[in-house]
Amino acid sequence: MGVMKRVSLVFKAKANKALDKMEDPRETLDYAYQRQLENLTRVRRGVADVATSRKRVELQMNQINQQATKLEDQARKALGMGREDLARSALERKSAAQSQLVGLQEQFAQLQGDEEKLTLYSQQVQAKLDAFRTQKETIKARYTAAEATSRINEAMSGISEDMGDIGMAIQRAEDKTAQMQARAGALDELLASGALDDLTGHRDDIQAELDMMSASSDVESEMRRLRGEISASQQKQLEGGANGGQPQANAQPTQYQAQQPQYQPPTALPVSDLPVSDVEDGTGS
Amino acid sequence: MIVRILGEGQFKVDHEASAVLDQLDTELEAAIDRGDEPAFSAALSALLGHVREHGESVSPEHLGPSELILPPEGSSMDEVRKMLSGEGLIPG
Repeated sequence: MGVMKRVSLVFKAKANKALDKMEDPRETLDYAYQRQLENLTRVRRGVADVATSRKRVELQMNQINQQATKLEDQARKALGMGREDLARSALERKSAAQSQLVGLQEQFAQLQGDEEKLTLYSQQVQAKLDAFRTQKETIKARYTAAEATSRINEAMSGISEDMGDIGMAIQRAEDKTAQMQARAGALDELLASGALDDLTGHRDDIQAELDMMSASSDVESEMRRLRGEISASQQKQLEGGANGGQPQANAQPTQYQAQQPQYQPPTALPVSDLPVSDVEDGTGS
Repeated sequence: MIVRILGEGQFKVDHEASAVLDQLDTELEAAIDRGDEPAFSAALSALLGHVREHGESVSPEHLGPSELILPPEGSSMDEVRKMLSGEGLIPG
């Protein structure tokens, strides 16, 4: 006997068990309807759960994408500073992040497919339930023991098969969701551990080294600037010229301003402006 | 003849198409007996595809059992084995 026949026999055995139990077929119809309503709710919850999993995977994909971009920036910066070792290590991490991304993209596509299928299925269950609601009333109204029993049996076998089908669909959706959640949780842990580098915005070791290097190069340029100033003023003093001071004093602020944005946060200005206007307002009124 | 694909719904299949189904079903069963997962997946996909292609979707108004029932798409061999033993079925 083939697989298809055997599966249908398993379903029929379940249906027969349910039919054997019923005393008044009319009550059974109502009971089956209630059960189907509950099942529909569960199918809808299954759709929502799959959607949640899909969104979570999407979020992780975004995080990893951001991280890959950041790592490439770091690699570029490191290369610019002649630190090939740092650049290499940043690119290695980028490639690890990208391989995670491939897995996530597969999961995402799969979840999207599941969601579509399950949505379609829940619509079908809804349509079937609507049909069942009207038919069961017709069957009940026309109920005269012998005549209706065969019809009820037929309908009940069908309904029972539907229930088994829905039950299985729900089970599969729940299993899959649990599996996806476990995977997503594992990835969250991996991300949190910093194995793929941090995604939380705090500094990572590559960034720390780059910052240190850029800080020390800033210090060097400051040193050069100060040395330049000192030697210039020494030269001025040696020359002893009072008229030579003017153009040099003008040249200095321009040089200083060019470097200013690196050291002073731009917000410093508006904030220090605020209290002044407050005081003016206070005296005015 | 009415055939159900679990998770999809019922389809009406004519006699000609059902002969092909029998043949594909035999392959499916043989794959399960051999424990051959790739052959199983291929046979299942072929079966489902054949029903979808040659079958006519049954209206939701119809309340009746199916003569043949097919496992859902993407089922593993293990899942089908469990199905055959009646595990995981919610009784009606």
